[in-house]
Amino acid sequence: MGGAADRAPGATRRSVLGGAAASVLARPALGGARPRVVVVGGGFGGATAARELARGGADVTLVEASEAYVSCPFSNAVIAGLRGIDAQVLGYDALGRAGLRLVRGTASGVDPAARRVDLGDGTALPYDRLVLSPGIDLRFDVLPGYDADAVTAMPHAWRAGEQTVLLARQLAAMPEGGTVVLSAPANPYRCPPGPYERASLIAHFLKTRKPRAKLILLDAKDSFSKQKLFEPAWAALYPDVLEYVPLASGGQVAAVDPAAMIVRTDFADYKADVACIIPPQRAGRIAARAGCADRSGWCPIDPVTFESRLVPGIHVIGDAAIAGAMPKSAFSANAQGKVCAQAVLDLLDGREPESPRLINTCYSLVAPGYGISVAGVFRPTDGLLADVPGAGGISPPDAPAAVRAREAAYAESWYRTITGAVFG
Amino acid sequence: MRAAHSASLFAVVAALGSVPARSDAARPPAGASSCTGCHAAGAAMGALDGRTEAEIADALAAFRSGARPATIMNRIATGFDERESRAVAAWFAARGAR
Repeated sequence: MGGAADRAPGATRRSVLGGAAASVLARPALGGARPRVVVVGGGFGGATAARELARGGADVTLVEASEAYVSCPFSNAVIAGLRGIDAQVLGYDALGRAGLRLVRGTASGVDPAARRVDLGDGTALPYDRLVLSPGIDLRFDVLPGYDADAVTAMPHAWRAGEQTVLLARQLAAMPEGGTVVLSAPANPYRCPPGPYERASLIAHFLKTRKPRAKLILLDAKDSFSKQKLFEPAWAALYPDVLEYVPLASGGQVAAVDPAAMIVRTDFADYKADVACIIPPQRAGRIAARAGCADRSGWCPIDPVTFESRLVPGIHVIGDAAIAGAMPKSAFSANAQGKVCAQAVLDLLDGREPESPRLINTCYSLVAPGYGISVAGVFRPTDGLLADVPGAGGISPPDAPAAVRAREAAYAESWYRTITGAVFG
Repeated sequence: MRAAHSASLFAVVAALGSVPARSDAARPPAGASSCTGCHAAGAAMGALDGRTEAEIADALAAFRSGARPATIMNRIATGFDERESRAVAAWFAARGAR
């Protein structure tokens, strides 16, 4: 039985990267077609779902544009000079050997009626069910002055890779006594504690490498993830380095001027030597093209199956999904990928998926060897994923240094485990 | 471990014919699939496969009650009651035994 890409008239040998490996591992034909599932996006969510679907017996095609995945978790350590970018780069070789077909390309459109994904090169991939895990799209149409060209002068570094390295270089080259301006967006966005971990590690970098330098953290909101842990830690570790400006104190960025390196609020102009702007976001582009994004720019889903509320037959996982109380994290995407894959296999078998329970765990580093965490357990409640009452929460505010050190070590261990499980 | 798991799933698929139906034993109970986000062989958190049902269920009960100190498992175990914890424990014990 040929795979979806083999059947597609436009498929080329060049685009079917996993073809040889997939045919070696293909299970014997048993007299009927295996259901075809196309997964778009090879990040933590999509790669997980693709693996699990293949393991469950589906005929899986994973569409991914990049040659390798560059992981956002731990990329703040790269920005602060604590880690090389190589440690963030995860190849797709192992996935290509996982009994699925890996197609390098970009999904340019979806025809939900014909159940077909179109790639930019003319390839058409028919599906019985489609899983979209497109991550985020950065919005360059919201913040005046912050367009796609502004990211060189003022990197976002919110998709790891070149931007991460660029921001690290700019920090390393900054003069002593310089000013770094970092801006955090309003909710929702990828990795809720990420801007605050980034602020922490940049502050650590300045404190240890750039005497008299300052970091100004401008925030479009007044409360944020792990705030009860970050703020006391900042007061203890970085009192003369990090200045936090919440929304109530005028922290919302109104415009930027990349040429003049000015970050503007309604109350002040901040002249920056290095500026990192984390802009508003929405679901990755293909989600809207497939009709799965609502007016918020994100994708409403059924919390049991992750099937789109807007387009039947399409499931959305990871950062792109509106997952209720579940944050947009790599751990969430991985957990959702497994639950979604199970539900898709059930639906293809004609069985009713069981109500799931999902866990999120998210570590942040406040400094090297100083880790904090938030955890949550989630289940479908009133059509959304809601916290299981009594579970979850953040690390104890009064924990001793040994516990912070242990959480920092667990963070590293988690990274090795999840990247090994998904990409190894 | 993964190889063994997928081989057993394949056996189920092969036995039942072309439709990739899977037995209920292959379906993880609610919450179980999230655990392997951290727990694996070689990880500081340790693998769950290969532990006995009693070992895992007792650990979850002790985390839930606070009897066993933890950095994070106390916050996660409280999301599962006794029956749910036992189902997760049984599933990992069975998976490790295959």
